[in-house]
Amino acid sequence: MIKKKHKRISFVIVLSIAILTILFAIIAPLFAPNDPLATDFLSILQEPSDEYPLGTDQVGRCIYSRILHGGKVSLGMTFLLLILIFILGVIIGIAAGMADGIIDTIIMRISDIVLSFPGIVFAIAIVGILGPGMLNTIVALSVIWWTKYARLTRILVIEVKNREYINAGIIAGAGKFKLITHYIIPNIISPLVVQLALDIGGMLLTLSGLSFLGLGVQPPTPEWGNMLSEGRAYLQTAPWLLIYPGLAIFIVVAIFNILGDMARDILDPKHL
Amino acid sequence: MGENVIFELQDVHKYFKNNDGSILKAIKNVNISLRQGECIVIVGESGCGKSTIARLILQLIDITKGKMFYKGRNVTNLRGKELKEYYRNVQMIFQDPLSTFSPRMKIGGYMIEPYLNFKLMDKRSAYKYAEELLEMVGLNKEFIDRYPNELSGGQLQRVVIARTIGLEPDIIICDECTSALDVSIQKQIINLLLELQSKTNFCNIFITHDLALAERISDKIYVMYLGEVVEILSSKNISRDARHPYTKALLNGVLSVKNFNKDIRVIDTPINNSVNIQGCSFAPRCPSAYKNCFAEKPVLERLNTSCSIACNLY
Repeated sequence: MIKKKHKRISFVIVLSIAILTILFAIIAPLFAPNDPLATDFLSILQEPSDEYPLGTDQVGRCIYSRILHGGKVSLGMTFLLLILIFILGVIIGIAAGMADGIIDTIIMRISDIVLSFPGIVFAIAIVGILGPGMLNTIVALSVIWWTKYARLTRILVIEVKNREYINAGIIAGAGKFKLITHYIIPNIISPLVVQLALDIGGMLLTLSGLSFLGLGVQPPTPEWGNMLSEGRAYLQTAPWLLIYPGLAIFIVVAIFNILGDMARDILDPKHL
Repeated sequence: MGENVIFELQDVHKYFKNNDGSILKAIKNVNISLRQGECIVIVGESGCGKSTIARLILQLIDITKGKMFYKGRNVTNLRGKELKEYYRNVQMIFQDPLSTFSPRMKIGGYMIEPYLNFKLMDKRSAYKYAEELLEMVGLNKEFIDRYPNELSGGQLQRVVIARTIGLEPDIIICDECTSALDVSIQKQIINLLLELQSKTNFCNIFITHDLALAERISDKIYVMYLGEVVEILSSKNISRDARHPYTKALLNGVLSVKNFNKDIRVIDTPINNSVNIQGCSFAPRCPSAYKNCFAEKPVLERLNTSCSIACNLY
């Protein structure tokens, strides 16, 4: 009991840190001392100073301001993508789970095909076809990641839909839609939310990875991945170009991974 | 069809397809009729198709062959709106109370479901009605805000009964609704059901393997074996009137403290429903089977006023 309470308290703490991170990313532009896009050719590759707290990059832009603005882009895209994928995957998964037979088979075979590609390679291929850019990255990653949620949802739906309480719902006159919204979704939602929380870190890394490869967010828009990419050449002479964006990614991913693990422990104790 | 027969199964068959493509005949040629206010009991050992009948009547699974009538109207394999209207009048109490509740739905939410779905009342009056019903079955009305796992099995079964009664259905099917409960609570639940039945005059289809219970509450007992009705008894003393060797074997198998050490001579060969037997399906396990039993299939015939039987011996 005490241990459970302890767990809840630490979960609340991590959750508030995560929420603070998100809030900070949203209002970050207010804190930024300089314009993230303004170049200053008199102060290129400067070490951290009073004017530029984390130094400047190869065209004299303030790294601190760029990280703050980049956080908005990185986190914003991560959440947008995850919500999109979650909704898409859950709807498809419920459709597959409820309809047995041919529809189920078709959906699952499509997801098998998608899964058989290595994720990041497939994303690169799609972005390569559509052309680099934020929107295309979102499309590419949605095409890959929905399968994860669709499969998880389908399994959960199949497990739940033969329970006696579904029959009890049917004889209480609940229609298909009501069965799904009132009986099935409440009973499958917590493992899905846990999965969502666990995926925030991974999604952020994938997005940054794509930007690092030059496929995601395009310069000069600041984003942590493409900041790393641009700073790559100056690793030896001006390491702060890489250290600070890298740290930002590390800290945020760590916070959300810890949050996901804790959410799993609390919401889904059977998994332990 | 009789005058006040309100529900009838006519030559109902249900076949299931096994994974290897073979067909399992779960229900074969079953005829059941139910009069207004009557309580019929279906008994038989596990695997004989009792619960399948319940599911067929509730249309949770489709009938393969045969017809089903409710108030003279053919209700075989209904769909959509008609089915919903059918559930308004035919309800079921399931075997395991806990599994009947969605773990994420509060008791109140469970109670008001049918009244909202059938558009009988608005949400607020449904909650009020639910509270009244809970008090009627002897539960505290504060249970409405509890989750199912906070209640005991007996309490949950009372909630189920309350909701079912609240709909005022014509037919209630009880599929072994006491078998998941403690013996002390079983009696309370049965008494509650009987009391409510005398008040509201619904028909009851009771599915059980408890012959003593069957004898006490029933107007008519259907004994089932391997998906067939082998004997119909409308007697208050079944140990005297039962004729079929299978019913006798079931009666003989009743275990109590007194006869715990008695050598129970039930049929010990395992039940076998995979082969298609030409003769009487009970013949391989029947203690008094003779040659003819393996060749000729007995049909259900009326023996006397209180007993119909499918057996070559009579």
